[in-house]
Amino acid sequence: MSDHHDAAHDDVLPDAPHSTFKGYMTGFVLAVVLTVIPFWVVMADVFESTGVTALVILSLAAVQIVVHMIYFLHMNFRSQGGWNMLALIFTAVIVFITLAGSLWVMYHLNVNMMPGMMQDPWG
Amino acid sequence: MSETTYTPESGDVEALEFHVTEDHHPETGTLLGFWLYLMSDCLIFACLFATYGVLGRSYAGGPTGAELFDLPLVAINTSFLLLSSITYGFAMLETQRKRVGATIGWLAVTGLLGVAFLGLELYEFAHLLNEGAGPQRSAFLTSFFALVGTHGLHVLFGIIWLVVLVVQLRKHGLIVENQRRLFCLSMFWHFLDVVWIGVFTFVYLMGVLP
Repeated sequence: MSDHHDAAHDDVLPDAPHSTFKGYMTGFVLAVVLTVIPFWVVMADVFESTGVTALVILSLAAVQIVVHMIYFLHMNFRSQGGWNMLALIFTAVIVFITLAGSLWVMYHLNVNMMPGMMQDPWG
Repeated sequence: MSETTYTPESGDVEALEFHVTEDHHPETGTLLGFWLYLMSDCLIFACLFATYGVLGRSYAGGPTGAELFDLPLVAINTSFLLLSSITYGFAMLETQRKRVGATIGWLAVTGLLGVAFLGLELYEFAHLLNEGAGPQRSAFLTSFFALVGTHGLHVLFGIIWLVVLVVQLRKHGLIVENQRRLFCLSMFWHFLDVVWIGVFTFVYLMGVLP
């Protein structure tokens, strides 16, 4: 270990990303804005249509997650030789399949297999 | 086939090195390992979110989200967690400057905000239980308590970890081991804030929509 570093840097954790005050404050301000807007949209009934409201707040949540990932969790393509990002992308794919798949399958089961709509094959 | 079989000879030992020496190799696997743990935790939350997404409108004739959720309370709770994220960031900045006292100070502020968050959440849960809207009332409430409760448990364990870390910092100062622990907890804490974005959007805000 010591032959990789100068003596002065021996007490610094290697591979930890360097944080800056500006980075945290940028992330915080963006996060506050992206939190206030959806609460306002829902509490003040800005849009008539439920679908539009849902779409707007879900998109803002997605943007806010990206903001947190970049400014608070310091995600980039370089940290840990890119393995952090690879794990994140893999997880995002699995999360998407879990969420979209569950909702899709269960919605169609609800719509198509309600007791009244079941056709008795022997009847 | 036998031509391709490799038989190491005394002079060939160096050829067995598979790892390219100039390749960058992470020196602290802990940070990557902890990130992988967080990603697997993410999958637990994905399952709970999917459950809530499927069952969130099955009220069984009981109270709906619009009747139960107190959005101003959720907004205050959200701000507690968001503020605790930035105060943890300040603690990390003080760690970079090698100032133990200031690091502990910001960690304490972070911990207090976490406790405030948990307190409000428990108040909300107690309120729901008093109204007869416990997890046994409907599928909606079961999935609600499972998801929000799991997140709350994570925050609780984060606070316990934070307290232990403050003790370690007071005892040993900002040694490399403690910096690593601080960094892991910072990922954990920010990750919980990311999950909370999903909770307040998907559960509370969408729950009150007609």
